[in-house]
Amino acid sequence: MTDSSTKRALAPKDFASDQDVRWCPGCGDYAILKGVQKALAEIGTPPHETVFISGIGCAARFPYYVSTYGFHTIHGRAPAFATGVKLANPGLDVWVITGDGDGLSIGGNHMLHVLRRNVDLQIILFNNEIYGLTKGQYSPTSKRGTRSPSTPQGSIEGPVLPAAVALGAGARFIARTVDTQQPHLVSVLKEAHANRGASFVEVFQNCVVFNDGAHAGFTDKKVAPDAQLYLEHGKPLLFGRNRDQGLRLRPHALELEVVTVGTDGVAEDDILVHDQRNRGLAMLLAHMAPPEYPVALGVLYRDPQPSYEDGVQEQADAAGAVPVRDANVGQLLGGGRTWTVE
Amino acid sequence: MTPANRSSSPDARGVLAREVRDSVVVRFAGDSGDGMQLTGSQFTLEAALAGSDIATLPDYPAEIRAPAGTTYGVSAFQIHFGGDISTAGDEPDVLVALNPAALKVNCREIRIGGLVVIDAGTFTKRNLDKAGFTGNPLEDDTLAPYQLLKLDISTRTLEAVEPFGLSQKEALRCRNMWTLGLMLWMFGQDRQATADWIGKKFAKVPTTAEANVAALNAGHAFGETVEMPSDVVGYTVAKSDVAPGVYRTVTGTEATAWGLIAGTRAAGLARMVLGTYPITPATPLLHVLATLKGYGVVTFQAEDEIAAICAAIGASYAGALGVTASSGPGIALKAEALGLAVATELPLVVVNSQRAGPSTGMPTKAEQADLFQAVYGRNGDSPLPVIAAATPADCYEVAIEAVRLAVTYMTPVMMLIDGYLANAAEPWLLPNADDVEPFPVSFHTDPDGFRPFMRDPTTLVRPWAVPGTPDLAHRIGGLERDAETGHISYDPENHQRMTDLRMRKVARIADDVPEQEIHLGAPTGDVLVVGWGSTYGPIYQAVRQLRADGHAVSHVHLRYVHPFPRNLGTVLHGFKHILVPEMNAGQLVAFLRSTYLVDAEGVNKVTGKPFKVADILSAVHAKLESDA
Repeated sequence: MTDSSTKRALAPKDFASDQDVRWCPGCGDYAILKGVQKALAEIGTPPHETVFISGIGCAARFPYYVSTYGFHTIHGRAPAFATGVKLANPGLDVWVITGDGDGLSIGGNHMLHVLRRNVDLQIILFNNEIYGLTKGQYSPTSKRGTRSPSTPQGSIEGPVLPAAVALGAGARFIARTVDTQQPHLVSVLKEAHANRGASFVEVFQNCVVFNDGAHAGFTDKKVAPDAQLYLEHGKPLLFGRNRDQGLRLRPHALELEVVTVGTDGVAEDDILVHDQRNRGLAMLLAHMAPPEYPVALGVLYRDPQPSYEDGVQEQADAAGAVPVRDANVGQLLGGGRTWTVE
Repeated sequence: MTPANRSSSPDARGVLAREVRDSVVVRFAGDSGDGMQLTGSQFTLEAALAGSDIATLPDYPAEIRAPAGTTYGVSAFQIHFGGDISTAGDEPDVLVALNPAALKVNCREIRIGGLVVIDAGTFTKRNLDKAGFTGNPLEDDTLAPYQLLKLDISTRTLEAVEPFGLSQKEALRCRNMWTLGLMLWMFGQDRQATADWIGKKFAKVPTTAEANVAALNAGHAFGETVEMPSDVVGYTVAKSDVAPGVYRTVTGTEATAWGLIAGTRAAGLARMVLGTYPITPATPLLHVLATLKGYGVVTFQAEDEIAAICAAIGASYAGALGVTASSGPGIALKAEALGLAVATELPLVVVNSQRAGPSTGMPTKAEQADLFQAVYGRNGDSPLPVIAAATPADCYEVAIEAVRLAVTYMTPVMMLIDGYLANAAEPWLLPNADDVEPFPVSFHTDPDGFRPFMRDPTTLVRPWAVPGTPDLAHRIGGLERDAETGHISYDPENHQRMTDLRMRKVARIADDVPEQEIHLGAPTGDVLVVGWGSTYGPIYQAVRQLRADGHAVSHVHLRYVHPFPRNLGTVLHGFKHILVPEMNAGQLVAFLRSTYLVDAEGVNKVTGKPFKVADILSAVHAKLESDA
């Protein structure tokens, strides 16, 4: 977080580095990079007070392409490095870039803990349901049956659902967006940044080489209006090209159903209103998938709690912490039971 | 006990003669729930306060409370105290065994003629069976080589604490204090510091505090007033002839913690961030530092060993001193991240409190078998400096040095200690905290010509440019980087150049560390005993005895294990034979042989217990005799 006095007008190009971007032509990462640079400009934290930290994978090359401080670390561990950065300097704006393999397979443990600790980070998970950099093996988010070099007969594993994992881990901010839906991507990133604590953003990203069209079932322009639901706090859960489709609780069951306003006696008042603080609703929304349901996009859940580094600072203050360079080491050494030899 | 000094002196009270001894080795042994570590620590404190030199050897099982009465649940604490002490003692002169299992495990190690004090109240058929005795050692000739003092400590303790209305179980927990009282009497030591400590520890349960003090006093009074068997007497143990000044006892863990803080202060940094995951025997460092937040320390108990080191590296990247601590299995998990710190050239201190391996091994037993792991245990050519502490107090200086090397050379540094050093205590002449020579860090701030991997032409060190610094934003990572720009580079010549630079930078640290001194003896001779780490005491003691007997033997003890001090080769070549005692299967000896092409020979022991002086003596004698 930055003092607003240090902010100046910034443009997306202020966040472009001098490096050639080396993703495959047509990769969804280009769109995400563009959206992030736009969001950063609008957020206004100077590049030198911003840090991007990544693990390993296609997405993890991201820090090389933004003009901020950047640290391309090791596979799955970016949340731990980012935690260390915040412990050393809580004043920095720290973003974690990860993928479905990096963040939910090899780094699943760190994802769980960084979320429950609520370290003040923006964690962007690029979910393309495939391992790209190692040439196309199935990932923990791949759908059952995914054929890949390592699953020639199809994957026999059930996938993890990132938003549900985040909810289960105790994340206080969970949002979803799509690589190609720029205005929405930018606004979600800005909301994530505005949340103090761990903000988990899943971006549905298309791997044009190894898993093209993995999300087409709800991102394709032809189906998108009926297959996507944009969440807005305090607004009814309506979607569809005529905005007449809505969600309500199925009578006598803890599950959602899709209804059409104006038919079977359904009025707009019958439609559920989105409440970002409702964990139960967030879990129901996270699990919605086509064809029966639309995919919920936007902020599924936001219920802020004090961040981890705020707690660290509170304890340091309670202990009367001074910078180590000013510490009284003599007092430390002589603090126990001593005796004097004449 | 040194038999040469058996002259009796009149006791202050004139009741009982006290024998004078140069030094005594006492071992307290009981169930792991009997409080033997606390008893030993308090005895240590009283001995130190009485002016003795001390060395201790805590020896406890990995199980927190193994089934009562079993041999594998026995916990022991050995202390060697007296005039001039450098080891925890080869053999106990006095064994205090609070149950049959403790006797069973320890009786073979007592000095012939030594004193065995047992709690006869625990020698029931059931306990004897659990300990695996087929007969009763108090009735057969098992203990014939020793003096035996049979006391019903359980009953005496119950009597002493009766007024406090404790349950039988609670009352019996005071047995250790009764025993401590008796031992303090036996060696003519005060017990006020222990009474104070009890009062503080049980401040919230005054009845428990009073009962423990009563037991302590009762044990002492028993010694003073009750007629002992004629051959059991009190002792007066020689005082240490040490430099004047203010002393305290210190464990290797405490000294490491304080040294890290003193080093971070000398570096002029604002924060030290310790990322750690609990593991025996490294965990106490986290416990100590977690109480020192007032000194600018942040402790982070991570979700695993990997996250612990990654957070520490992240902290260093952002301008704090990152520290992580673990033991062998945890260090193995940290290896990949350690390679990243080597590649990105960030400062980091890694403390490895070594334990017996491989794999889980023997968590509570010390070993020195992680030296290869420290020097080589990463993928690729990934050099980093490795330094080792020799004694508990030495950990202070070595920790400061670890910080100095890390921030001066922008490199991870491995500091090797072991489970023995971490837990053992010794008296320490308090250093003046202001005597630490500052080595202030200057973060790079000048954007003019800045490149993240530009280097000082002499030291080859790159700048430390931390996030938050205007106009220096840059990217680093684990991919090979261009030697000039720092950008990703797969250029063949560049990788050769960067590998060479990384190797040379660490090798050049040898120019910035003191020349190797000879700790004891002449610079040339028949046998040089080369050690590193916690073998210091037994090697030093053995070489001293050998020299007193007229042998041309010297002792060198390495703090800098990688790279070696620049004159080490010359030192080695001054001797006919080189012996290298190590608690491993031969690791330093392999480095010495490969680095200097010398015929160094290993003396290796991996029992989980420290070398005895006698082990070193016999190895050197065998070598000397081979020449004869």
